[in-house]
Amino acid sequence: MGEFKVHRVRFFEYMPTAIRAMSFNAHTERLALARVDGSVEVFNFADRYFQEKVIPGKDAHSIEALCWVGGRLFSAGLHGEITEYDLENLRPKYSLEAYGGPIWTIISNPQGTHVIGCEDGTVKLFEVLAEGVQFERNLDRQKGRIISLSWHPSGTRIAAGMMDMIRVFDVLTGHAIQRLLVDRSVGGCKSRETVVWTVVFLSDHTIFSSDSAGKVQVWDGHTGTLVKTHQLTKWDVLALSDESSVVAGTSEGTVVQFQFIAPNLQQQEKEWVRTRTFKNHTHDVRALVEIGTAIVSGGMDTQLVVRPLLEKFEEKCFASGLRRIHFPHRNLVSCAQKARLLLLQFPGQLELWRLGESDGHGKPGDILPLKTKPEKLLYLKRKGKDHICCSALSSCGGWLAYSTVSSVRLYRLQTDNNISITKVPKLPKVLRSAHQLCFSSESSYLFAASSQSSVLVISLNQSECKYVHTLKPKSGMWILIYRLCVAVDGKWLATANSDCEVHVYNLQKLELHCMVPMYSSCPSAMGIHPTTNNLTMVHADQQIFEFSIAEKQYTVWSRKLQMQGLHNLWLNRDTPVTHVTFNPKNPDQILLHDMYMFCIIDQSLPLPDQKTQFYNQMTLRSLSEQERPSHLHAFKVCKSFQDLMCMRLLDDQSLVVVERPLMAINSQLPAPVRQKKFAT
Amino acid sequence: MVEHTGIRVVHRGGSKINFREPVITSDSRFLLCGSGESVKVYSTSTEECVHDLQGHTDLVTGVVLNPSNHLQAYSCSADGTVRLWDFTDGILIKTFIIRYHIFSIHVSEKHVGVLFVVVPMANEKELFQLVAVHLPRSGDPEVEVGELSAVLCDVSPNPGAVSFGTGGEYIAAAKGLQLEVFFFKKQKSYRFSLKSGMNKGINNSFTCISCHPKEDCIATGHADGKIRLWRNFNQKKEYTYSTLHWHHNAVNTLRFTPEGSTNLLSGGIESVLVQWRYTQENQKDFLPRLGAAITHIAVSPDGSLFCTSHADNKITIILSSVKVSAIIQGLVKDDCVRTDLMIDPRSKALVLNGKPGHLQFYSLHRDKQLYNLDIVQQEYIHEQGVDQFQVVKAAFDTHGDWLATVEERRQKSSELEINLKLWSYDEQTQSFVLNTTVTAPHEDQITAMCFSPSPETTLLVTTSLDGHFKAWLCQLAKKIESASWSCDFVGGYHLLKPGCCCFSADGSLLAFGFQEVVTVWSPTSWELLTTLSQPPGAVRDLCFGRLSCSKYLLGTSTKNQLCCWNLLTCSLEWNTPMDVSLLQADPFSENMAAFCSQSGSTDLFVFKPSEPRPLFSKKALCTGKVERAIFAPRDQMLESSEEYSQWLNRSQLYFLTQHMDLMTFSTKTEEDRLLASSKQLMVDDSVAITPFYLLLGRHKQQQQEKQELLTNPLAERTPLPQGSIAIKELLDTPAHVLPSASFLCSMFVRSLLVSSSSAR
Repeated sequence: MGEFKVHRVRFFEYMPTAIRAMSFNAHTERLALARVDGSVEVFNFADRYFQEKVIPGKDAHSIEALCWVGGRLFSAGLHGEITEYDLENLRPKYSLEAYGGPIWTIISNPQGTHVIGCEDGTVKLFEVLAEGVQFERNLDRQKGRIISLSWHPSGTRIAAGMMDMIRVFDVLTGHAIQRLLVDRSVGGCKSRETVVWTVVFLSDHTIFSSDSAGKVQVWDGHTGTLVKTHQLTKWDVLALSDESSVVAGTSEGTVVQFQFIAPNLQQQEKEWVRTRTFKNHTHDVRALVEIGTAIVSGGMDTQLVVRPLLEKFEEKCFASGLRRIHFPHRNLVSCAQKARLLLLQFPGQLELWRLGESDGHGKPGDILPLKTKPEKLLYLKRKGKDHICCSALSSCGGWLAYSTVSSVRLYRLQTDNNISITKVPKLPKVLRSAHQLCFSSESSYLFAASSQSSVLVISLNQSECKYVHTLKPKSGMWILIYRLCVAVDGKWLATANSDCEVHVYNLQKLELHCMVPMYSSCPSAMGIHPTTNNLTMVHADQQIFEFSIAEKQYTVWSRKLQMQGLHNLWLNRDTPVTHVTFNPKNPDQILLHDMYMFCIIDQSLPLPDQKTQFYNQMTLRSLSEQERPSHLHAFKVCKSFQDLMCMRLLDDQSLVVVERPLMAINSQLPAPVRQKKFAT
Repeated sequence: MVEHTGIRVVHRGGSKINFREPVITSDSRFLLCGSGESVKVYSTSTEECVHDLQGHTDLVTGVVLNPSNHLQAYSCSADGTVRLWDFTDGILIKTFIIRYHIFSIHVSEKHVGVLFVVVPMANEKELFQLVAVHLPRSGDPEVEVGELSAVLCDVSPNPGAVSFGTGGEYIAAAKGLQLEVFFFKKQKSYRFSLKSGMNKGINNSFTCISCHPKEDCIATGHADGKIRLWRNFNQKKEYTYSTLHWHHNAVNTLRFTPEGSTNLLSGGIESVLVQWRYTQENQKDFLPRLGAAITHIAVSPDGSLFCTSHADNKITIILSSVKVSAIIQGLVKDDCVRTDLMIDPRSKALVLNGKPGHLQFYSLHRDKQLYNLDIVQQEYIHEQGVDQFQVVKAAFDTHGDWLATVEERRQKSSELEINLKLWSYDEQTQSFVLNTTVTAPHEDQITAMCFSPSPETTLLVTTSLDGHFKAWLCQLAKKIESASWSCDFVGGYHLLKPGCCCFSADGSLLAFGFQEVVTVWSPTSWELLTTLSQPPGAVRDLCFGRLSCSKYLLGTSTKNQLCCWNLLTCSLEWNTPMDVSLLQADPFSENMAAFCSQSGSTDLFVFKPSEPRPLFSKKALCTGKVERAIFAPRDQMLESSEEYSQWLNRSQLYFLTQHMDLMTFSTKTEEDRLLASSKQLMVDDSVAITPFYLLLGRHKQQQQEKQELLTNPLAERTPLPQGSIAIKELLDTPAHVLPSASFLCSMFVRSLLVSSSSAR
């Protein structure tokens, strides 16, 4: 597969933050997820759980709850405001002060009415209008905070979880009609209040509640009587979710399922029975969603787990496997190939590292001694409250740019002998924020994917930077551009937007050259070949296309690949490919990587069919030189590097591999609040 | 040598009562369990054995109540028959001959006249099937069953892995990693398999199963200690289960209690009975420290009693409030008996190793454990690979006042630890009390130990592999508690290792076997009297003759020699080439018993040392070597006149086979007597017949008769009119003093009326 010197980088201390809330939009099959740092991520569950959008967080702006109304996403948090997000421009659209202190929960009913639960004990109703939300009225104010809320599906009742009790409100009159008292913990201290973390109001007027005493209780909402208590743990039960069954997440990291089952097989009468227990988390489960075929859970251990319910699947398929999503499906590392620099992006800062050097030679598999150690050159803190959403480093290492939702900053770097960084003072006015930043290969232009699905072209030179042009697709739709790539010769620019459209622009004429035929899945990575100018796209469903920009059609190799079909083992991989690059020395080679492997596709070799052994590197090694060619196929997969964040090919033909072992992330998590000990 | 047919080798007690699940009768008064070749009926309140239902000719493999008559029970056996018993009277009603080795039996109320038994598959011996047996209606006491129909193929032979569901509508069976549920109405079965956890190092195979009595829920136990509750199992896909996990090792048995307050009981090697509240599985009750691993749980039909069988041959009866109410203890049999078999001179009980670190006192006549004596007095820690103290030697003195025990522990890394303990009998508590502990009495293993039989001194002699023997003397005080022990003498012989020791019957001589040399000492002066050496081979056993033969000393050697020395002449009287594995002297006669192992089986010879001809011999007594045997005194002397059985008149010879079966010899007269006594016992009464009852019951019966006399209205009428005072007055008084007739008439009539007070 070719031999490379590999820089194995483990100094990127990327640390995801805990998952706080989730909301699933069954209509669009999008899952919105809020993290503790205030960022919101949107996953497309119809497209292999691809992370479509990331809205960066903001300091002192925590999110307690998320909620979808149609295609619009709302959040509320302890800062006391309701925020609506602009999902095309990846920024909060507006925030509305609710005047009730911190907000613990926000939910909506199908009729488009919001309710929020406030610290001061009020349940506030908001109407969702086309242009915003409007306060409608308060329900009867209660003593104590409102932690959780749930609409009855008919929209006439609301159940509210409070301290030590649950109240049921009649929405029309606004009066509380039921008061359900929740016991305090049995063994623990009686004076500690029980927090009703979540309530679920089912259509048959059954109310489920989960509380800090470790109970899940089933209530009759008509009479306000307790039907059943399930003592799940000794500690908190933090999350509940319903669909056909009810699932509850505990602070021990377990998820418990309750099903509505007839105790006698011949009879119709059913009751709620605790059935399965899943243990996929090491820490608290803070958010849970049941999406019909799977249970999605997230919590303090930062990973998103999709646990399929196997009885819902007729046969084995992609969706019937357990999925864990650890890393963002985008690049957080930029690399200056010529200058051997790495730019690491954190929400609050940027770090610039110079790679170590080695002049040793060795056998394959040897560890080479380092001549110079990797060195941290720069620690650049962002300005303002907003978190960094994207960053870029030019390949010569002379330019650095980053963007938040409110501003873009461009810096001139000097890294040769004495390191200096100077901010470029006057940026063009149009460059206010960017979703993606990208430098041209000779560092003469900066491309910024901006709002309204346009790409701004800014020319750079020593003295000044100047706005050149705005590249726009023909249609007037405003769609988020989330991937940019530039040809090495500076002639072509390709953009991918969240409608799965890929546009190719001619940079010399500064106009739209063509549009790649639509494919149903989003491209997760793109690259333009340096010599042939073919655009290679890898989609979230693992399909690979190669598009000749000059001929405006798919290449022969791409057609052959589609005819023959990709190997099942390739198609059923867990994580999307996040970067595509090429080997300038060997134009047949395409380099790709995802979280668990990197792969070199050699276009000169035959394609594998379903019967060939796909992962054949070990077999090849055991074969003699004569036998080898008959076993070769185009996909050469290397799994020796795990938990990959980034893989780049430097100009001196050495590879940079940035790993972030999951073990290291787990070791940096705070100790679990509660751990189940055997026989307790 | 002659073989005698009048003496049979029989099992007499001590058989396993924990082999299969016991059954509690529907009135919770009796407990039935298979014990060897018979079914025993115990009273749940008094723990006494009420009946011994004998008839099977092989191991009983299952007992169930007859669902259509709660006073009857079926039992199945490896001899291929199912027998129907009336267990209250102990009568065999019917025998159904099936002609297959039956492994377990199951019944259900819904299937009247059908038994479900597990038999081997026709062509393969390793696989088993569950078949339905349609019982023919016939009046004969012995019926051949022709019709067998297979229900489930490839089931586990373990009876705990098959269970009937609610009202017998389905049957669930588990084997390996698969659960199979068969619905009788639809004639359809559903199979659910678990993914093997072997690659993760988990053994999650099914071990046991139980169905909820009312709801459609199946509980299964697994080898990794988990319990799964299966629901919705009439669907192929949408079935679901929840998991409970408390046991750290395999769940041996599971049982739902009957309707009402349904709970799930589970037990395993932890010897803790766990009671899970159904649908409130987080709440569980424990009954810990039950003594040994739980192998079976049974629940009475009304749910008022549970019982658990344990690995140490014990059945514990537990009230539904999770309190132990009674313990039925059989003979505890480990893999081997390290102590000799002994007879406690006071209680005449058999004494041997029991639970780890204990001695058990087992009454041979009543087939019941009397009590356990904790020798080691350390908490027994159940863990694999942990070396515990073990009782390896024990000895009683002649009156049963003293008990000496030796316990040892050898850990791989450290040295051997030995303790010699001396126990005195306490009259008040009727048990042995620890008097003295000697730590490290010898530097190496103790090979033999015996008390001096002489009445003047209390002397104990121990021999050890360190080349010494020690004599321990008791300084008697007024009170036995203040008696103290000290080492009186340490002796040896040319640094040879002593292997055995023996006192003569009067205690005046003491013989040691120092490898090839027999030395005879005087215990009063500790002077070496004589040495008797014999042809090659170390001395294995030494025995002095008794009564008229007390001048003889017998010894066996490893080189197949049985020698007899005359102590008066100090010369070899006779010897014969025999591989004697065990030599045992009868303490009540001159007789000696020698067990000779020959080509895989054991022969027995009973002889007098003075006579050249054996009194009794039996070839091929049992397979394997007999290591332990004892003469136990009879409580009633037999008056057998036949020569060959005279040696059994005063005592009875018990021995343990290689498979730890306790066997004995019985003569014809003895069997006749037993038969007579069992007939006498067969009194129709509702009360469990125990010896205690016989004592008290007779008294009660007499009282009852008296009361009947009083309350009977006929008895009231016996005083005839002539007897009444009014009539006597009327007839005896002279006519001239009588009042007028009109006055007399009313008085006379009133005297005939029955007054209300006397009627009561």
